[in-house]
Amino acid sequence: MVVDLKVEKVSKVFGTFKAVDEVSFEVVSGNFFSILGPSGCGKTTLLRMIAGFLEPTEGQIYIRQKLVNGIPPNQRPVNLVFQNLALFPMMNVFENIAFGLKRRKVEKKVIEAKVKDILARVGLSGFEKKKINELSGGQKQRVAIARALVLEPSVLLLDEPLGALDLKLREQMKVELKKLQAEVGTTFVYITHDQSEALVMSDFVAVMNKGRFEQIDTPQNLYRSPKTAFVAKFVGDNNALEGEMLKKEGEMVLVSAYGHEFWVRAGSYRLGKKISVFIRPESFLLEPEENLSKVNRLKVKIKDILFDGANSKLLCLLPAGPEIMVALPQNKKFAHLKPGDDLNIGWFYEDSLAFS
Amino acid sequence: MAGKKLGFYVFFIPVFLWLFLLIVVPHIELFLMSLRTEDWVGNTSWSLANYKNFFSEPIYWLTFVRTAIYSILVTCITAIIAFPVAFFITKVANPRFSGFLAVLLLMPFWVSELVRVYGWMILLRESGVINHFLLQLGLISKSVEMLYNDISMVMVLVYTSMLFMVVPLLSVLESLDDSLIEAAYDLGASSWTILTKIILPHSKPGLTSGAIVVFMLTLGNYLTPNLIGGKSSLWFTEQIYTQFIASFNWNQGAAFGFLLLALSSLIIWIGLKLTRQNLTKVVQ
Repeated sequence: MVVDLKVEKVSKVFGTFKAVDEVSFEVVSGNFFSILGPSGCGKTTLLRMIAGFLEPTEGQIYIRQKLVNGIPPNQRPVNLVFQNLALFPMMNVFENIAFGLKRRKVEKKVIEAKVKDILARVGLSGFEKKKINELSGGQKQRVAIARALVLEPSVLLLDEPLGALDLKLREQMKVELKKLQAEVGTTFVYITHDQSEALVMSDFVAVMNKGRFEQIDTPQNLYRSPKTAFVAKFVGDNNALEGEMLKKEGEMVLVSAYGHEFWVRAGSYRLGKKISVFIRPESFLLEPEENLSKVNRLKVKIKDILFDGANSKLLCLLPAGPEIMVALPQNKKFAHLKPGDDLNIGWFYEDSLAFS
Repeated sequence: MAGKKLGFYVFFIPVFLWLFLLIVVPHIELFLMSLRTEDWVGNTSWSLANYKNFFSEPIYWLTFVRTAIYSILVTCITAIIAFPVAFFITKVANPRFSGFLAVLLLMPFWVSELVRVYGWMILLRESGVINHFLLQLGLISKSVEMLYNDISMVMVLVYTSMLFMVVPLLSVLESLDDSLIEAAYDLGASSWTILTKIILPHSKPGLTSGAIVVFMLTLGNYLTPNLIGGKSSLWFTEQIYTQFIASFNWNQGAAFGFLLLALSSLIIWIGLKLTRQNLTKVVQ
């Protein structure tokens, strides 16, 4: 296992504001690593430190076991795909992609072959002579990625490159980008605020909040067992119920909320008196059978039905409590539900998590 | 429909009158005048003598060439000085101060050109401020006349033209996305490559429009060459002035005027061809 990128206790302070706070992580060669966080969490600052545009206040950055602190961006073996792509409008597609190779004084014949090869890789064969403003959003995207990939960087950094695309194209590019990464085998470090981008494409995702990493894990683990309340809220949809802890038995906690008592799984070892319980919309059982055990049960009123094909949800009201989102399977069994109906819902103890 | 037509005429007529009465008519008149010649009794007749005089008399066409070369030189020097200034204001200086810096550049233009040129004369003349300090510091033992030479003249012409180069450069550099510079840097480019491959190609339209304005203003400048350049530094506008005012030879003066017009048009056309640009794009 070769480690391509190692970040060790890196901090960045602007004035009195700590944008990045002692972040450490490693990216194994060939991995697709995402840093996921809300805007302003410090992820762009972190990326710019790896690219070399900013120097860390503290800590070390290693690329392929080589310390790169103090080395300027034009001498680092990493390349960055910019948020707005930053394609050179005064050059055509070929010149854009060849720009980095020419700086390395690569032979003209080799440059031509490499550009041709990378254009074929990103599905833009024959686009060499096109001007940048003649390309569509998705094509620009591919040229920007090709321009960086053609230099065969140790690590390719991507700064929310899909942000400017419309939804449909973004969905398509997500799949393409993942495929491309698997093909070329380059290590990708991808930053985004879009959890679906991070979950779909990544081998590992780091969730970042207020300059710190909350959790580094596989997408499945982030979704199924978030380590902090922030991760539970930020990754995927979640319902949060506020309550008080009554007692704790092993992994399970008894919580009282809005006049009901639930058994839930403890999300972390240390829990205070005040507790948030997180339940995913798809964890709810509609009209659960009486004989099921280890199920918390609630009676709610349907306030609205949010139809969105396979993503349809019920917006339910808990008496004296918050709104609860419940996934609504699109089958005959529940087709009769309409706003105003009373509904029994429930969930297995295991499927809820409690954090302080 | 009628309102639309009326609106068209309201805007069209002043423009048309302006162009026709103040530019086209006088030029036609001047052009006709340049093709006529007066014999010693005062009878006028059609001839190309005025243009022939220009080519047969070395002082005329030498001044003409000199004016052209110096104007190109002034344009180049202005561009070389203005570019870093504009780059500093838009990209390096704190954005809070860039407006203030631009105003500082504008400030000298609140007084007339005449006052500015006299200001320079106060600095440069034999008993001027610079000589005074150099004498005080003991760097020179005798006052030096710094006025009335080509170097001072070029310097003051550059100073007078600076703003007209900086303003278009400010606006093109403002429109240059910083991430393009960063992207080039990230792809391994050196500072020099970034300048020549990214920043300069992007600034080309601003550089060209600034150069056209500076060149035309310099070529047509009368005051600075006359006051700072002194008698040994002839400028072609001075020749035109002499013909009109001193020699009362309006026909010759008109011919010189047309030659100057042809010269400036020709040089700008060559400049645009060399940099592969076209005028409509540049003036946008």
